[in-house]
Amino acid sequence: MQVKIENLSYSYGSKKLKVKAVNDICLEIKEGEFFGVVGHTGSGKSTLIQHLNGLIKVQKDSGKVIVGEYDLTDKKCDFKGLRAKVGMVFQYPEYQLFAETVFEDVKFGLKNFYPNLTEKEMEERIKKAVETVGLDYEKIKEKSPFELSGGQKRRVAIAGVIVSRPEVLVLDEPVAGLDPTGKREFVSLLHALHNDFVKTIIIVSHDMNLIAENCDRVAVLNKGNLVKVGTPKEVFMDKVKVEEWGLELPSTAYLTEKLREKGIEIDSDLTIKGFIDGYIRAKGGEK
Amino acid sequence: MKDVTFGQYYPSHSFVHKMNPAIKILLTIAYIVGVFLVSGDNYYAGFLACVVFVLIATITARVPIFRVLKSIKAIIFFVLLSAILQIFFNKDGTPLWENGFITDKALIASGFIALRIILVVMGASLLTLTTSPVEIADGTEVLLAPLKLVKFPVHEFALIMSIALRFIPTLLEETDRIIKAQQARGAEFEGGIFKKAKAMIPVLIPLLIGSFRRADELADAMDSRCYSGSKNRTKYKKMGLTYRDAISFIITGGLVAGVVLLNGVVIL
Repeated sequence: MQVKIENLSYSYGSKKLKVKAVNDICLEIKEGEFFGVVGHTGSGKSTLIQHLNGLIKVQKDSGKVIVGEYDLTDKKCDFKGLRAKVGMVFQYPEYQLFAETVFEDVKFGLKNFYPNLTEKEMEERIKKAVETVGLDYEKIKEKSPFELSGGQKRRVAIAGVIVSRPEVLVLDEPVAGLDPTGKREFVSLLHALHNDFVKTIIIVSHDMNLIAENCDRVAVLNKGNLVKVGTPKEVFMDKVKVEEWGLELPSTAYLTEKLREKGIEIDSDLTIKGFIDGYIRAKGGEK
Repeated sequence: MKDVTFGQYYPSHSFVHKMNPAIKILLTIAYIVGVFLVSGDNYYAGFLACVVFVLIATITARVPIFRVLKSIKAIIFFVLLSAILQIFFNKDGTPLWENGFITDKALIASGFIALRIILVVMGASLLTLTTSPVEIADGTEVLLAPLKLVKFPVHEFALIMSIALRFIPTLLEETDRIIKAQQARGAEFEGGIFKKAKAMIPVLIPLLIGSFRRADELADAMDSRCYSGSKNRTKYKKMGLTYRDAISFIITGGLVAGVVLLNGVVIL
């Protein structure tokens, strides 16, 4: 499913006190992309992505959002069908758990979207989802989600989103509050999903290393405006601009910058592997 | 959900806003008592005095009059109901037409009942428009101070009140977030009342758990700063009495006294 945003604007507040959160954004995210959205706090990232599954409705005369065959500006748009296809993981998703058991909680979304599945089919899909996020299904299914550890809770919450097998997965600050190991595991989970049924991943993060390492393309928002779209290399190339947007450089870009001052030019895509290869090339060494 | 604002505080630096909240609450109560005391032969004059009082208060508070009138909208049904009941069931006076069931006195009485409710609500909403929730909590603490004599934990009561008020916007924001998260999982909040109530469970449980978590965190934060509501606790913002309070006290006192005198007989 392709995501297409045309001249989208959104403003909060009353007629008198209008605050523009998103201003005239045009953006296209192709199927299969691992797409990053970055920006300073209050730059409109959350507002933008919440448009993608209709949690925020497109305001009148404020542009268009089209996701696959769903035209979100259409009054008759099937939002439920859309939300089954576009999964959304919010910041601290563990705070949305509510059911008595892990099984019931994961089932919630599935039952909402596909009420016609048989119990057996449902259980199969729940089992698959729980195992995909790296939890032991048999051990955990009857447990209360509230007696789990923080990391496990988050996994259960994510299982509750991916159980409906969304084609597009949107994540808002998914690694906030995770320890380094948790972060690493989470990223590999994302890649595993990306290789499976999730075709497009859209991730909002303040962690530039995560963005540079994993995203095919990045969009930068600043004060509600889309100021740059491109590969991590294109986005983080201009240090002055990056600081102007209120962001920081990923470590690889920072090192590239520092080494350039020392007279060493490294050409890389800003992933760690790419950076090392670039360094070896610059040093004239063999791989 | 974001549009829900609790209270209706209208920020300004007016005379009324700067009054001591305790005095303001006290005078509002006095005014309401005054409105209810109006009776007897000179009730026209009594009501006129109250209307003038409320208008002067609104003007000195620099609150747009429509904001004050807006509060009446919420109780308009109640006002109409009491007025209509009065018209139909008051049998005093002479019928307006032959064999009619509506009497002249009933009509007047219903008008004044409506006016009385409107005046009371206007006064009360003027208080909440000019006093922030935190100030109201502070004022309540001062006014309830005498209850300390009977060992009522006044300070703790006021603290609970201000904490509750402080967390209302936070909880609204949280509710908004959880609703969105569950909507993203296909939850629907439309439909009949029964369906709606059932749909609220996935929202209320996380909200409740979140509140307990917050309460715990807040208690820890207060503990770690050695909070105790002990006797020797001083205030960051001391609210003394100023000339504003004195003037308002005299004017409101005059209103109540005037109403009582106009009644001819002292009912108290």
